[in-house]
Amino acid sequence: MLTRLFEAVGRAVLRLLEEMGRFFQMLGRAVAWAPRPPYDIPEWFRQMGRVGVDSIPVVFLTTLFTGMVLALQTYHGFQRFNAQSLIGSVVALSLMRELSPVLTALMVTGRVGSSMAAEIGSMRVTEQIDALEALATEPVHYLVVPRVIASILMMPLLVVMGDVVGIYGGYFVAVQLLGSNPASYVESSFQYTDMNDLTSGLIKAAVFGLIFSVIACSKGYHTEGGAEGVGRSTTQAVVVASLSILLTDFFLTRLLF
Amino acid sequence: MSASGPAAPASGPGRTAKLRTENLRKVYGGHAVLDGVNFSVAPGESVVVVGPSGTGKSVLIKHLIGLIQPDAGKVFVDGTDFWSLYALQRGELRKKFGMAFQEGALFDSMNVYDNVAFPLRRTGRTPAQVRARVSECLELVQLPDVGAKRPSELSGGMRRRVGFARAIAHQPEILLFDEPNTGLDPIMTDIIAEVIVGIRKQLRATIVTITHHLASARKIGDRLALLFGGHILFEAPPEEFMSSRDPAVRQFVEGRAQGPLTVESERLTRKKIWEAR
Repeated sequence: MLTRLFEAVGRAVLRLLEEMGRFFQMLGRAVAWAPRPPYDIPEWFRQMGRVGVDSIPVVFLTTLFTGMVLALQTYHGFQRFNAQSLIGSVVALSLMRELSPVLTALMVTGRVGSSMAAEIGSMRVTEQIDALEALATEPVHYLVVPRVIASILMMPLLVVMGDVVGIYGGYFVAVQLLGSNPASYVESSFQYTDMNDLTSGLIKAAVFGLIFSVIACSKGYHTEGGAEGVGRSTTQAVVVASLSILLTDFFLTRLLF
Repeated sequence: MSASGPAAPASGPGRTAKLRTENLRKVYGGHAVLDGVNFSVAPGESVVVVGPSGTGKSVLIKHLIGLIQPDAGKVFVDGTDFWSLYALQRGELRKKFGMAFQEGALFDSMNVYDNVAFPLRRTGRTPAQVRARVSECLELVQLPDVGAKRPSELSGGMRRRVGFARAIAHQPEILLFDEPNTGLDPIMTDIIAEVIVGIRKQLRATIVTITHHLASARKIGDRLALLFGGHILFEAPPEEFMSSRDPAVRQFVEGRAQGPLTVESERLTRKKIWEAR
């Protein structure tokens, strides 16, 4: 009984270490290959389109409703002690520093990270990755580098959009539905925020982009076992990347405070 | 065995083997798929590796081009120890190779034309040169008009031939064919064999093919090698191979269920067969 418990714990620890090893190995290979020519610029742009442009609707809706709910909730809380004038700054601060980067990252992980893992995974099981190598093309250079670069560059842009949309959503609810004063709402939105609030959110976004893309690519790259394996990799990519994002978020917040 | 015998020393004068393996060993899940394979191919020679399914033929061919790293033993390409090189040098050495995969392994994000053009575009040829070479290659595999199609629109036999065209596009010195005609109808199986013979005539490349289809093997190969139980059991020119009295070869040639080649899951049984031979 006890040995089995130890076995289970040991296995879990080993798997965790293996997981982390693969992440850093893939990260290292991507970093090593990124500066090397040939630069496949069209492919970079195609990936930026897939990570960035195609994610706009999802991120738009997510942050819009988050901003709106945030305004509603803070209103109900703050009116109890007559602090409605502070709703604007609460909404703006929590969106920029926290909610917009994290929720955007989670949504993009579900949308783009899953497709990265599935695409690379099915290339692995149909020997297309072997074929790349056989054609003297490094798969990490050709497949992983453009996806990671696109994710690092596009995540902050999505988050900027999310900030704007979310703050507008909060404004809409507070002013149009709850009857706050528009001028004082806008003023309070910007009174207590500074540049650091914005940049810390953007740094987070770029780091999350790096994390989910490297995890998704590494999961896909190490796929084994046919169609079932592709499914498994895809699920694992989303789960592991989402958890890693939430975990990293805590430490980044501590660091960037 | 009339095989080339112990291969000439890699650095020695005269005929150096184009491809050579030395005591190649690869273990998967506690089972040695390759267990000391010594195998060599002379420049311009065409060798066919035959054997029952699941004996590690594909694993062997992937070792030759360095897609799999051996657990022990060495792979020499033109006398160079493949795994003694740095990753970048290995990439350079791989440019000597063209490999056609079992199901074609075409990039399904591109159409046929871009697939065949892929190895060419990375070598700094002009678009006109690329175009000319792609249509040349597609003609050589008897598929002149499929350039605009997606791989998913092609039949199994067509996909493999497009895979050939992609493998030969950059005019490699060494060509590897992994089960080029497995799972195809008899006519297409023969067409594939003819295409490989045609490619050989045109490119004068060193060729290693894997198949378990004997008629094709006789057509393609200067020499047939039987892989079983992690070793090359027997190798000989086609006619000698077909008429050999070796019980393992006889079983394979005649396609009998009973005999020394019958795959037992037990490693021990196989070892006994090997020793009793």
